Amino acid sequence: MTPLLQVKNVTKKYGGLTANNDISFDVAENEILSVIGPNGAGKSTLFKMIASFTPTTAGEVIYQGERISNLKPHIVARKGVVRTFQETTIFKSMTVHESVVVAQHLRAKASLAGYFWGSKAAQEDVRAFGKYADELLEFLGMSEISSEQASNLPQGSLRALGIAIGLATDPKVLLLDEPFAGMNHDETMNMVKLVRSVRDERGVTVMLVEHDMPAVMNISDRIVVLNFGEKIAEGTPSEIQNNEKVIEAYLGSVDDEIGM
Amino acid sequence: MFGFTSKQLSGVAIFLFAIFIGVPLLIGLTGRWDFYFTLTSVALLAIASAGVWLTFYIGRINIGQGAFALIGAYVSAILVVKVGWSFWISLPAAGLFAALVAVLIGLPILRLRGVYFAMITLVLTQVVTLTALALPITNGAKGISNIPLPSGVSIFGIPLLPDFAGMENTKLAFYYTACILMIITYATLYRLVNSRLGHLCRSMQQNEELASSIGVNISYIRIVIFAISSFFGGIGGAMFGSIAQSVYPSSFQVADSVNFMLNCFLGGLGFVFGPMLGTLVLYFGWDLLFEFGKYQMLIYSTVLILIIRFLPNGLLSIRFGKGGDK
Repeated sequence: MTPLLQVKNVTKKYGGLTANNDISFDVAENEILSVIGPNGAGKSTLFKMIASFTPTTAGEVIYQGERISNLKPHIVARKGVVRTFQETTIFKSMTVHESVVVAQHLRAKASLAGYFWGSKAAQEDVRAFGKYADELLEFLGMSEISSEQASNLPQGSLRALGIAIGLATDPKVLLLDEPFAGMNHDETMNMVKLVRSVRDERGVTVMLVEHDMPAVMNISDRIVVLNFGEKIAEGTPSEIQNNEKVIEAYLGSVDDEIGM
Repeated sequence: MFGFTSKQLSGVAIFLFAIFIGVPLLIGLTGRWDFYFTLTSVALLAIASAGVWLTFYIGRINIGQGAFALIGAYVSAILVVKVGWSFWISLPAAGLFAALVAVLIGLPILRLRGVYFAMITLVLTQVVTLTALALPITNGAKGISNIPLPSGVSIFGIPLLPDFAGMENTKLAFYYTACILMIITYATLYRLVNSRLGHLCRSMQQNEELASSIGVNISYIRIVIFAISSFFGGIGGAMFGSIAQSVYPSSFQVADSVNFMLNCFLGGLGFVFGPMLGTLVLYFGWDLLFEFGKYQMLIYSTVLILIIRFLPNGLLSIRFGKGGDK
């Protein structure tokens, strides 16, 4: 089976600094793949390049046989590769429901002019968006905070809102940027469940960048490990746990934590 | 009806009645004919301010609307005086030309955000003024004067618009024209803000990165909005030139551009009809303070500072609370 998404020899240089050096790996359809590594390993940079938020210096990202690196973010999003952000990146003065509605705009059938004049198709869209937003928020367990303004939400809900906005675009691949950061054990476990159900019930392939080792080991089908911008390992959670290079990169701190 | 509540509809009805029947009646009774000119000016400035408000809606501070008003005024004047077009055709042409210029200028500068965009737009008015001084077609510092009044329009012998030159009361005719244009502008703005394009603008205003991650073509929408905004500026400016029957490089200055922006702040950035109220209050406020002579500016600025300090969401927030529209 051909992989859904391929990262091919991707390199990113900022002036003299090499953030990512010659990184290659494949992402299969319907898998949950985590990218881990110590601070400054180049995980976020890699994510930005996959979502075309920043161009690659060399190499390319292939999605369903098409190059998606070095394009514009909105074009990559339209193809179905959507990233989420950390919690501060939200539509602050919109409610949760409004955010999810606006994120569905790619599914609109009516034209912008149709919306202006209030055509039948536009009214139909508006109804469908509202309905789907309700469904999605219920699926994510966010129905109660549906009419809450985003800026009033606690951190955990903001993270969920980010995922809701991402999901509303109907992505094939969802890139989650540190979905568990700053969460306690229970919150993390809930989020792990949520991310799994996104994959299982919505058929979305998930890639995530994360620091929380126990959660990563729990959730991932496969893991890619970066250190100083280089890929040092790739494999299943148990393979990664026993990989000497990885243990070395984390200075042995990893094996204490993974007994979860 | 049309998705409006009866309260909104009656509000609109009262407003229309007031400006089309109430105001002329009052002016007739009091004999203050000069108010026609004042109110016409307010209506036209409100059209230009509506454009500025729209650029605020995508998160850009626009202090350059004077430039587009001046462009509109010149384009219309040149088309009427030198090419011999009817004013009514030159009016949309002026708007379109201003929009075209906005696209060309917007392509490089709309990437800038916050204060950087504001600074560049601040320069635009001066650039257009200097261009008008330099170009032969704009007649330099002498400007274009003796612009004829709008001529009549008829299709197959049926008069659609009367000939302004043959009228006894051009003031009233201009007042009605300006009001109708203003109403069309604000109706357009209202529909736009409450349609999908408006929602996309709002998402961009709040977070451009997130907007692009959900597939919004932010650079395209920025250009479209800036073009529409400048179209309003061009229309307002062209109509002004026609009323004054002349255009000079100093017809619209940096101070006017700043005023357009202040109108939006004063009325409220969260309200479609904010700039309309803002323009009215600001224009009349300045005139009312005339009696204070040399203290006029001092009182005026102090009041403005106080309003912005205590009513950051504009005058309309007193009535409608934070952020609602209409």
